[in-house]
Amino acid sequence: MPEEATKSSLNLKALRSQLAASRRVFAFGLLALILASLLSIVAATGVGRLHFSWRTVIKAIGEGLGLLQSDTVERTPLLVVFDIRLSRVCLSFLVGSVLGVAGSVFQGILRNPLADPFTIGVASGAAFGAALALAFGIGGTSYLGLGTIPLLALLGALGALFLVLMLGRVQGRVRRDTLVLAGIVVATFLSALIALIKALDEEAVSAIVFWVMGSFQGRGWIHVGFSLPYMLLGLYLVLRQSRELDILTLGEVQARQLGVDVEKVRSRLLIGGSLLTAAAVSVAGVIGFVGLVIPHLVRMCLGATHQRLMIFSALLGGLALLWSDVAARTLLPGGEELPVGVVTALVGGPFFCLLLKRRKGGVILD
Amino acid sequence: MIRVESLSARYGDTIVLQDLNFHIVQGELIGLLGPNGSGKTTLLHCLSRVVPLHAGKIVISGRDLAGYSARELARVEASVPQRLEISFPFKCIEVVLMGRYPYQRDFGTNSEDDLSKAMEAMGLTDTVDLAQRRINEVSGGETQRVIIARALAQEAAIMLLDEATANLDVAHKIQMFDLFSRMNQRGGTFICALHDLNLAALYCQRLIFLKEGQICIDGPTLETFTAENLSNIYQTEVKVIEHPDTGAPQAMFVPSKGSGQRAAGSGQVFTTKDTKMH
Repeated sequence: MPEEATKSSLNLKALRSQLAASRRVFAFGLLALILASLLSIVAATGVGRLHFSWRTVIKAIGEGLGLLQSDTVERTPLLVVFDIRLSRVCLSFLVGSVLGVAGSVFQGILRNPLADPFTIGVASGAAFGAALALAFGIGGTSYLGLGTIPLLALLGALGALFLVLMLGRVQGRVRRDTLVLAGIVVATFLSALIALIKALDEEAVSAIVFWVMGSFQGRGWIHVGFSLPYMLLGLYLVLRQSRELDILTLGEVQARQLGVDVEKVRSRLLIGGSLLTAAAVSVAGVIGFVGLVIPHLVRMCLGATHQRLMIFSALLGGLALLWSDVAARTLLPGGEELPVGVVTALVGGPFFCLLLKRRKGGVILD
Repeated sequence: MIRVESLSARYGDTIVLQDLNFHIVQGELIGLLGPNGSGKTTLLHCLSRVVPLHAGKIVISGRDLAGYSARELARVEASVPQRLEISFPFKCIEVVLMGRYPYQRDFGTNSEDDLSKAMEAMGLTDTVDLAQRRINEVSGGETQRVIIARALAQEAAIMLLDEATANLDVAHKIQMFDLFSRMNQRGGTFICALHDLNLAALYCQRLIFLKEGQICIDGPTLETFTAENLSNIYQTEVKVIEHPDTGAPQAMFVPSKGSGQRAAGSGQVFTTKDTKMH
């Protein structure tokens, strides 16, 4: 017996040091990613058709943020670097972050590593709202200095979520399988409506198609300001329940037996995840693959604990979308832009196949 | 400690449990037996409030089950399911630490105390070496011991075990039940749904037999574990003998005429296989 006691206390000590080591690795990785994000934001701001020296770029950012006194740089670089590029870079980083987080939330709630933020139809709702705005020409009227498109997209996304939650409720309980089914039904129906709008209004077709593929063209600080509150609220809701999300992946029965108030927690997570998705879609359109691939990749490297998963998915998702958008606006010669959703799909698709192949029978397909 | 009064449960229109009444005092180790579909799992799920009651009530420590908050209930009752269905690569230590959730608050993190309790539970279930391995990469029996550790980490007075040891090899089965038995002697209350009749007879002081959603026999093991009762309930011929060491009753199954292997030198047909039946 005393032998056993020493053995287990030795083990305990060993485990503590292992855990401390993994915390150090985590902290180091976090620091590295934050640094990479900051550097990327500055670097991406310097890339574009008009070329400025790095000194000018940094000065313009400093002046725009109010860190340097005004008139440090000329009007043009200030306008291009700070107002046009930096706002767009920040928005793409934010959208990538929330899509990464929302992806990890939906994969956890639906207990399916192949789910993404659009699985339960939120994206179709947003697309429907945007299509309405584009087709009926109310895209021109403005609200808070911002077109009606983001607003209607947000309303569409929230409406779709509400519908899916209502349809997915069986005997007062939201069930995982009915939720997915309800999502598919709502998404299919809304897609049909979008097709109808396209058929009725041929002028709007290209605008709708471009919007649905996702793009940051012409987005600015106002869009950051519009979506940020929803993003912050969504992040608060899901980060607060990260531990419950861990437990929910064991299934509803065990979650209850471990003391999780399943109904309450799951609604908060669904609402939080959908807010994040809706906020992203409303300003950027439907951008695929970030919410699917990024949480996946992070989970393979770091394990399944959702707190870490969400934080790393946010940073990595932001980085991925930021550079995808740089590619989208610089890849084509002559100043043409690609929808950023095309870039993420072109890069994300093959990358995801690679992940699937490498971990056959392991984490992904299990 | 647990009082069940005219409890009924249904899935849709199907009656699964009908008018159950029983009382369990603290420190009992009870075997819940019965054929497939007799309602054992449903009863455990009613007790852990996973399945809503259709009628009747359950009172635990003088308080109606419905009055407990989710976390409060998980501090009183811990459940071990038949198996874990998980598609995410948690480390085993993280799974055991989930048992500490009822003691944590929102945004909660694992305290030193949580960690040492989780480690202690892993020590008792022989899973310390698995701590840093991923749960989806260890064997079924190892996973099962990790979930038992998780339930121990909950530090609950009542343990509800649903075929908790069915996936374990014989040595670990005995090791786990030895552990439950020791915890029981220190005052822990156990309700174990089991298919392994002999394991039940070896360890449980009282047996509750369910059949078609009703309690058909409830009483001390020595009085209820008889050839007649078992043959009736399981609709198969059973003989009961005495365990050579402990004297506990043990069931011997009799194959139907013409089947089964014939032991050398004996004219009688009986099997000497382990009575594991899943």
